[in-house]
Amino acid sequence: MEIKRKKITIDGNEAAAKVAYKLSEVIAIYPITPSSPMGELSDAWSAEGGENIFGTIPSVTEMQSEGGASGAVHGSLQAGSLTTTFTASQGLLLMIPNMYKIAGELTPTVFHVTARSLAAQALSIFGDHSDVMQVRQTGFAMIASNSVQEVHDIAAIAHKATLESRIPFLHFFDGFRTSHEIQKIEELTISDLKQFVDANAIHQFRSRAMNPEKPFLRGTAQNPDVYFQGRETVNKFYNQTPEIVQNAMDKFFELTGRKYNLFDYYGDKEAKRIIVIMGSGAEAAEETVDYLMKNNEEKIGILKVRLYRPFSVKHFIDALPKTVEKIAVLDRTKEPGSIGEPLYLDVVTAVSEAMASDEKPFEKMPIIVGGRYGLSSKEFTPSMIKSVFDNLKESKPKNHFTVGIIDDVTFTSLPFDKSFIIEDPHATKCMFYGLGSDGTVGANKNSIKIIGEETENYAQGYFVYDSKKSGSTTVSHLRFGKNPIRSTYLIQETDFVGCHLFVLLESFDVLANIKKGGTFLLNSPYSKDEVWDHLPKQVQESIIEKQLKFYVIDAIEVAKNTGMGGRINTVMQTCFFAISGILPKDEAIAQIKNSIKKTYGKKGEAVVQKNFEAVDSTLANLYEVKYGTEVTNQNAPKPIVSEKAPDFVKDVLSQLIAGKGDDVPVSQMPVDGTFPTATAKWEKRNVANEVPVWESELCIQCNKCVLACPHAAIRAKVYDKTELENAPETFKFMDARGYKDGSKAYTIQVAVEDCTGCSLCVEVCPAKDKTEVKRKAINMSSQLPLRETERVNLDFFLDLPEFDRTKIRVDNVAESQLLQPLFEFSGACPGCGETPYVKLVSQLFGDRLIVANATGCSSIYGGNLPTTPWAKNKDGRGPAWNNSLFEDNAEFGLGMRLAVDRQTDYAKELLTKLKNEVGVELAEAIISAPQKTEEEIKLQRERVSELKAKLEKSSNPDAKELLTVIDYLITRSVWIMGGDGWAYDIGFGGLDHVLASGKNVNILVLDTEVYSNTGGQQSKATGLAAVAKFAASGKGNPKKDLAKIAMSYGNVYVAQVAMGKSDAQTVKAFVEAERYDGVSIIIAYSHCIAHGYDLKYGFEHQTLAVDTGYWPIFRFNPDNVKEGKNPLKLDYKGPKIPITDYIYTETRYKMLTKSNPERAKMLAELAQNQAEEVWKSYSHLAEQDFSFIKNNENQ
Amino acid sequence: MDLRTNYLGLELKNPIIPSASPLSEKISTAKALEDSGASAIVVYSLFEEQITHESGELDHYLSLGAESYSEATSYFPELEEYKTGPYEYLDHIANLKKSLEIPIIGSLNGVSKGGWVDYAKNIQDAGADALELNIYYVPTNPKVTSSQIEEMYIETVKAIASKVTIPIAVKLSPFFSSMANMAIRLEEAGAKGLVLFNRFYQPDFDLEKLEVVPNLQLSSNWEMRLPLRWLAILHGQVNLSLAATSGIQTHIDVIKTMMAGGNVAMLASELLKKGPKRISEILNDLQNWMVENEYSSIKQMQGSMSQKSVADPAAFERANYMKTLQSYSL
Repeated sequence: MEIKRKKITIDGNEAAAKVAYKLSEVIAIYPITPSSPMGELSDAWSAEGGENIFGTIPSVTEMQSEGGASGAVHGSLQAGSLTTTFTASQGLLLMIPNMYKIAGELTPTVFHVTARSLAAQALSIFGDHSDVMQVRQTGFAMIASNSVQEVHDIAAIAHKATLESRIPFLHFFDGFRTSHEIQKIEELTISDLKQFVDANAIHQFRSRAMNPEKPFLRGTAQNPDVYFQGRETVNKFYNQTPEIVQNAMDKFFELTGRKYNLFDYYGDKEAKRIIVIMGSGAEAAEETVDYLMKNNEEKIGILKVRLYRPFSVKHFIDALPKTVEKIAVLDRTKEPGSIGEPLYLDVVTAVSEAMASDEKPFEKMPIIVGGRYGLSSKEFTPSMIKSVFDNLKESKPKNHFTVGIIDDVTFTSLPFDKSFIIEDPHATKCMFYGLGSDGTVGANKNSIKIIGEETENYAQGYFVYDSKKSGSTTVSHLRFGKNPIRSTYLIQETDFVGCHLFVLLESFDVLANIKKGGTFLLNSPYSKDEVWDHLPKQVQESIIEKQLKFYVIDAIEVAKNTGMGGRINTVMQTCFFAISGILPKDEAIAQIKNSIKKTYGKKGEAVVQKNFEAVDSTLANLYEVKYGTEVTNQNAPKPIVSEKAPDFVKDVLSQLIAGKGDDVPVSQMPVDGTFPTATAKWEKRNVANEVPVWESELCIQCNKCVLACPHAAIRAKVYDKTELENAPETFKFMDARGYKDGSKAYTIQVAVEDCTGCSLCVEVCPAKDKTEVKRKAINMSSQLPLRETERVNLDFFLDLPEFDRTKIRVDNVAESQLLQPLFEFSGACPGCGETPYVKLVSQLFGDRLIVANATGCSSIYGGNLPTTPWAKNKDGRGPAWNNSLFEDNAEFGLGMRLAVDRQTDYAKELLTKLKNEVGVELAEAIISAPQKTEEEIKLQRERVSELKAKLEKSSNPDAKELLTVIDYLITRSVWIMGGDGWAYDIGFGGLDHVLASGKNVNILVLDTEVYSNTGGQQSKATGLAAVAKFAASGKGNPKKDLAKIAMSYGNVYVAQVAMGKSDAQTVKAFVEAERYDGVSIIIAYSHCIAHGYDLKYGFEHQTLAVDTGYWPIFRFNPDNVKEGKNPLKLDYKGPKIPITDYIYTETRYKMLTKSNPERAKMLAELAQNQAEEVWKSYSHLAEQDFSFIKNNENQ
Repeated sequence: MDLRTNYLGLELKNPIIPSASPLSEKISTAKALEDSGASAIVVYSLFEEQITHESGELDHYLSLGAESYSEATSYFPELEEYKTGPYEYLDHIANLKKSLEIPIIGSLNGVSKGGWVDYAKNIQDAGADALELNIYYVPTNPKVTSSQIEEMYIETVKAIASKVTIPIAVKLSPFFSSMANMAIRLEEAGAKGLVLFNRFYQPDFDLEKLEVVPNLQLSSNWEMRLPLRWLAILHGQVNLSLAATSGIQTHIDVIKTMMAGGNVAMLASELLKKGPKRISEILNDLQNWMVENEYSSIKQMQGSMSQKSVADPAAFERANYMKTLQSYSL
């Protein structure tokens, strides 16, 4: 009897997790992109009571690192539970030690891996095989899936095969391209899985578990006499595995009708030219082979490698046509210095061994070449595949080639013809340009589900996000049609383009890929009769040239009128269905409403109703635009960056900004990942609709707005009035406070093109107009009318001299904000709570700062291309910044301190030797110089400059040597920065070691109480009662008191701060921490988008957090002990108001009251008790009398 | 002594009802009110804004920042369900119904004829014996006419009356050009009773922060004069149950309410200040007064001093106003 299985439209992560969850009893994970959704889905299913094939609920546990996750997996397997994990990239590398153990002990398990690049010259979250290729030696079997359906199917095959073979399996598929691609697939039922896996094999697995009733010992230490033999015992298991996998594949075919082999050949049976490939690229290759064969290309084919380890030479050779003459092996990884990438070497060895055997499968030894493609999700298109086949036509095909890039340095790249496009003419292709915040992607995901599940069509959705967290744009790629979709690359020729924001027409060539006669839907603030003249020249040209059907709707107005605010997703989705005709109009509307009910129903009827209203109001506001044949806008497009920008920005980074990074040749890329700083200022993003405007007559010059601004888009300066001579007409200023002679002017200047419009500055502004209290000294106003004038004003402002640093009391809030920020215009979220602290460090210590930055939000907004925010002052000085990894940041920073100390000592040693030559007085002054204050540092710089001049004239070899290390004579401030995921979890071991080191490093923990960068997973900093991923029912344990741990060493400066509650305490803490000669740690409350409220109220929430006792603020300064004082000074007064007054203003806490009110109440009471206990405990510590220490010293 | 009265068709053992307030938030307090002698209880209000706002906020903030960045396509776990609608309220009604013997009157506070009207049916299904509809609307838009506002009231009542079978009382503001006409129209729209009147909580100013702040003041005794007058005017002119609320503090106030034509007297501020036991004190005082003044039942006094029953009906009209002014003359 044929089983009718459900067709579902899901992404690769869900496809894997659905199988892994049902075939596992224990799941231990750690979040890492792009694998995180597998763990999150499993956790959600477990929380909902989802059952596995045994009818029980799998246990899902988030660990502190991938190393921890693999350890937990190992333990769970040894104790008898079927266990799985999900990971990628660096995470997989951290699992390697346990993978050897698990394999060495012949323990069945499956690790599902979204294959991703490794951090080398740079981090990349995108897909390739660099990670999985690093574990091919561990003893794990490795099996690859190429599409979403295959992920689902092969996951099951892997789980079956591991139990039968006892070899652990690594099941991998391409990060993002497969893990995040949505496709319509057939779902395996729980009964499919139950009958597919061998119950007997499960029983045997359990019988091998540790059991005191039948004790044994595993994990011995072996010696030279037997280790070697022990290692060879496993061979027979590996020898059997290919057959076991093939049998599983055959049984799967019987079950589902879908056929897989260890190596699947596709193409001409008598092919002469063959590509060997693994992963999603095989889908595009198969599509290309189809096309080329239909278009008279002869005798070509591809071989898809599925079971990569154990590599079965027999099955591989059997799968190749005997006619093959030339083979191109494509690797999606790079092994610098090797004689070829791994798959290439395997194929060369396999064919050579076969040809050396008696069987000699081929008439003559085929020519085998290897090439690299698709690193970090680089597009892999039919034109590239064709170029690989074309290379094989050559009598001497290029070996060790690359394809997809322009390598103009070592000339490895194959040329490819971009105009070779083979999109299926029977499929419909649609592209949508939108903003992250407007819901475009969510709507498109719904559309794909509607099309996939409510029609006979196959459907595919893939979504591209940009690298910024504020004002980020998205491009959605949707394909659907009657044929299966194998196009594992972005749409090259589209039938439909939806542009969900008018201004995107200026920054993207949105019609570049639309075909002649296609349809263009634009969300436009201009009516059908007005819109034409507002279109950029390029858009007008494309519409006329391609004879597009052109529709407009003012979706923002429709959304506003139906209570949808800025969410135009439902309106645009309705337009898409109405215009595209995929479904009859009424049916489409019914389906959209059905999907709205599914998506929003549980959040309340009101949300459903307003979405319904938006659907119903849409069609009446959708218009087709009639246009003539004339281009009416002759304005040339604006340059991407200013002419004043440095060459590297103009030549290279501007291409990245313009979305043309794929065209950057190898020669233009830095060889070692080193980039210039101060580049963000050239990328004028203009993402804010409204920006702050300064009203000088109301201003009290407190500079709170400058301090609060997350993007350094508000600056303050005090300068001599004579500087105003050439000021632009609209440049604002007022008399600077504190100068009775009226000689100085004060200006607040807004960088309107860099502002993200969060309005945090307006909320913190304390000055109100006495005649109209809503008007403050800073108010939001529309950006567009201000753009040109404020650009000129900003240029003038930036050219004004900076205030003399030596005259500033740096521990005074208002004065500290006159210091130039050397961290500006980052890509952080609007209203970010972390960046004000980072910026403060750059202001206070920026010109002598080196930063070790843990991977996470701060490394992304701090170091993600195209442009970066760390900046330089007019002297060219500024922070030197580096990101190593997630887990090692404290150690990384300590290493920097060790090097700085060593080089400083060396410089002093050399200077001592050169004392007489350079002058004893100068040398001694430099060697013994105190460098605590700005004045002292300035003097030292002058001395070092004088010394440099003398040394340059000297012929003494020691002088030359000293010149190479002379800069170390100026004090350096080493800062170790990162989020709570790093400090509390994955990096805690290293952090603890650094805390104990006694070295002069400063640690800044940007505590958002959640893994913000990967989307809100709980960390040990997550507060009691908060909901986070992996704490869906509200965290039941209290937050770790990291400050108290640090204080326990006694010689560590510790501060806990919340800038929004007390900016004075914050600034003091930063200054004290830096001046403290030893380890300092500052734990900074950082409001975050993952907390779920409008971040313009971030500082208000910080105040509530402190006033409820949720977030104690204090400083612990060991130097005070020397003076007989208690080192701990509490800067808050204990819980003054109930904790619920704070926590229930944030979705992360409030949502629990909606999902589980009883538990919310119980946890809120515990949180209240905890706040009170913490207050008692800290008060007790702060009250202790330390005067006896001074007395002891006096005795 | 017969203290019984009828309100909205419900036979009540006496005329004292705690009005919609935090007093009904805890079952234990509600029970204490019943034990003290309350004849029914109006449960705190389910606010229209609360329902739509919470649902909208939850959706907004759960999706804020989502699908914007490839590493974090969401920031919160996908939970199976949220109790965003009136569920908590409905559970509470059901629990009150289980725990108390006296009638439970649900209360819906809203201003529009939206989907929230369905919640009236939910309240009925949860076990409420009657529904108080509190139409709290401050008309600030100068383009909206008084007749449009009146129409909105009527339509809302009609819509709700068509959804439920339990009796509906409408809690009104006193700001109608023709209160008596409104009363009749509301009756025609399906109301079974009126609660006079809604107190608009007037905001205050914080002069330090220069902000407008909410400021709850409990009612004062003099505030009962307004409902008293309108009870007296409406009694006999409409076939509606009438309840007075605002400023009722003593048995004398209850008696006045009854004599003006009220079916029940509703209390909140007095009970918030003095606790549930205050009801039994008032009931005792009431009975003593009735004994002293030889009244045998509440029904006997109901409407005895309404406009149609007093010797000087003009006392409730303009003449009454003139007299008051004259009484101040020196």
